[in-house]
Amino acid sequence: MALNLSYFAWVRERMGIAEESVALPAGVTDIASLVAWLAARDERGARAFAQPERIRAAIDGNMAAPGAAIGGAREVALFPPVTGG
Amino acid sequence: MIRVAVQPSAIDVAAELDLHDAGGHGATASFIGRVRGEGDLVELFLDHHPALTGAGMGELAHRAADRWNLAALTLIHRVGSMAPGDTIVLVLASSPHRAEALAACEFLIDRLKTDVMLWKRERFADGRAAWVEPREGDHGRAERWD
Repeated sequence: MALNLSYFAWVRERMGIAEESVALPAGVTDIASLVAWLAARDERGARAFAQPERIRAAIDGNMAAPGAAIGGAREVALFPPVTGG
Repeated sequence: MIRVAVQPSAIDVAAELDLHDAGGHGATASFIGRVRGEGDLVELFLDHHPALTGAGMGELAHRAADRWNLAALTLIHRVGSMAPGDTIVLVLASSPHRAEALAACEFLIDRLKTDVMLWKRERFADGRAAWVEPREGDHGRAERWD
């Protein structure tokens, strides 16, 4: 299953890219397992996702909890807690 | 009338107020957020999501309009690179009566800080740059409206 990932703020800086398309391995079924997989995948992933509690996510435009399923999703955005206003 | 915008260009507060006031509303409450120039800050950069930032602001605006009796609402956030003194955010809320205009304005600025996909990065005169960390106090203020 191919999934588009987009990164923002320091997550994007540490990944070195704004977006990518990935083929998910078996067992990556929700936000938490996606973040764990990205952290283990390579060095930049380890830098960006070393602290999963500091990562927020949106699935196809809707804010999503770590346990939210990503099956059928087209885009997952991963980013730090927001600081606008 | 609800107007929501996310824009890289400067926010023209006077022009926005004219546009907002065109209906002749009883009471208008405003909040203007500007870039603080303290600590040798030379640039504030606002990162955003091309679709979700505007969508989140639109949702906030409609929640305010459902909760209070509003005649007009303007919610504009600037994104990209800004200098000290630049306007980051403008909130205008109008109602026949001041209490509702003031409450809606405060709700919108509190929730903008916690609910909308925006991220601030500060750059200083000595070249240091750092992403701003969320403040606990902001979440406390935002939760008052639950």
